Amino acid sequence: MTRTIHLSLDINGRRHELDVEPRVTLLDALREHLALTGTKKGCDQGQCGACTCHVDGSRVLSCLTLAAQVEGRQITTIEGIAAENGELHPVQAAFVEHDAFQCGYCTPGQIMSAVACIREGHAGSDEEIREYMSGNLCRCGAYNNIVAAVREAAEMA
Amino acid sequence: MRDFSYYRASSADEARHAALQSGAMLLAGGTTLLDLAKCGVMEPETVVDITHLPGLGRITVDAGGATIGALAKMGEVADHAGIRAAFPAVSESLSLAASAQLRNMATIGGNLLQRTRCSYFREPDVFPACHKRNPGSGCSALGGVTRNHAVLGTSDTCIASYPGDLAVALVAFDAVVELGGRTISVDDFFLTPGNTPERETVLERGEMITAITVPASAAAKNSTYLKVRDRQSYEFAAASAAVGLEFEADGRTVRDIRVALGGVATKPWRARNVEQALTGKVLSPETVEVASRLAMEGAVSHGANHYKIELAPRVVARAILKVGGLV
Repeated sequence: MTRTIHLSLDINGRRHELDVEPRVTLLDALREHLALTGTKKGCDQGQCGACTCHVDGSRVLSCLTLAAQVEGRQITTIEGIAAENGELHPVQAAFVEHDAFQCGYCTPGQIMSAVACIREGHAGSDEEIREYMSGNLCRCGAYNNIVAAVREAAEMA
Repeated sequence: MRDFSYYRASSADEARHAALQSGAMLLAGGTTLLDLAKCGVMEPETVVDITHLPGLGRITVDAGGATIGALAKMGEVADHAGIRAAFPAVSESLSLAASAQLRNMATIGGNLLQRTRCSYFREPDVFPACHKRNPGSGCSALGGVTRNHAVLGTSDTCIASYPGDLAVALVAFDAVVELGGRTISVDDFFLTPGNTPERETVLERGEMITAITVPASAAAKNSTYLKVRDRQSYEFAAASAAVGLEFEADGRTVRDIRVALGGVATKPWRARNVEQALTGKVLSPETVEVASRLAMEGAVSHGANHYKIELAPRVVARAILKVGGLV
């Protein structure tokens, strides 16, 4: 018999109630149970960064986080960073401006990681951006434009 | 990933008690347990979440040394001003490890207990033989692709390398693991595989790391962690060295030196023979080069990992020269 547990998750400022198996990750809870599919599943093993979300303001990998673990924490996904009037977050706008993607699959994770990277104060130079963004892989190899976008967004912040 | 039941512990005693049940495993940052559960390597029946336990994440640094709570995150310790000032090698070992996301998740206790990256260990469906996973079943790495396997501390049953960086810095500076009821040096905490590769540490069922303490020393204050990798960032060590150095008043003669290696051994590897060879000597590129070669005493190559026997002494030498102010 499948065991389920009831969870109450605070995502992008809204309370969501759901019943899931204990093994369900935050990533699968978002995508499969709450229709928040902006967060992407790449490797599902903590190696690519496509699933990056914020928990209490820190960037983490939702594929290696159990949904049950983050009850009571504030979760932010890519759907939650634009302004309420639809205006893009400055990092989103910089990615568009600098064409910082090709296929776009890694982009939500890149942007969530970049928002945190800038907030942490780790976007002071191209070298530092490359080091602190190294947990987000881009198979299309759009790295130069990603670095340019992060640098510009950091300079405006 | 097989299904399991989830239990959120509200005290350390409750967590230890829950961990005594057969099939129960403690969950902290989750970066090892959930990864290996997805690989089919770990099959917990009950996951005991300890991330909500109060008070286990504190970091304190005073004149005597540092106490790091088991639930402190890698990133918090790496960025802690007191740790950076008194133990630069500890801070660097953490900031050069994993990615920013993983460092925000993974805890210090869990970091010590991370499992090997041996690809044969990690793929049970493809490689059923693994003494570490299933004692007596054989070793797929022996005779396989061994580029990332250990050259020191290996046995006939297992050549899997210990993948961590932090423990290498800790073992260099005589850090101690607090287990609640008892304490043990980091060096003695880890075991070489011998005939029991499934047993990687002295941790008993129902025990939990509560903190790590690192005594202050002049060598720890003048220390570095040098990590050489196949790619520049977000990669495990091909070879690494934690080195600390204290000179006599003349500024040239070695009073105290600490050397430990990562990426090349089955456990965090203290190179006491290198330390002994340099203690009391005047530091020079020549003495350092000769002494650093001793780090590979007893090393055994398994083919593709032979390069580590050449690489590791050079990493050790470069790290010593750096803390000695000679490069």
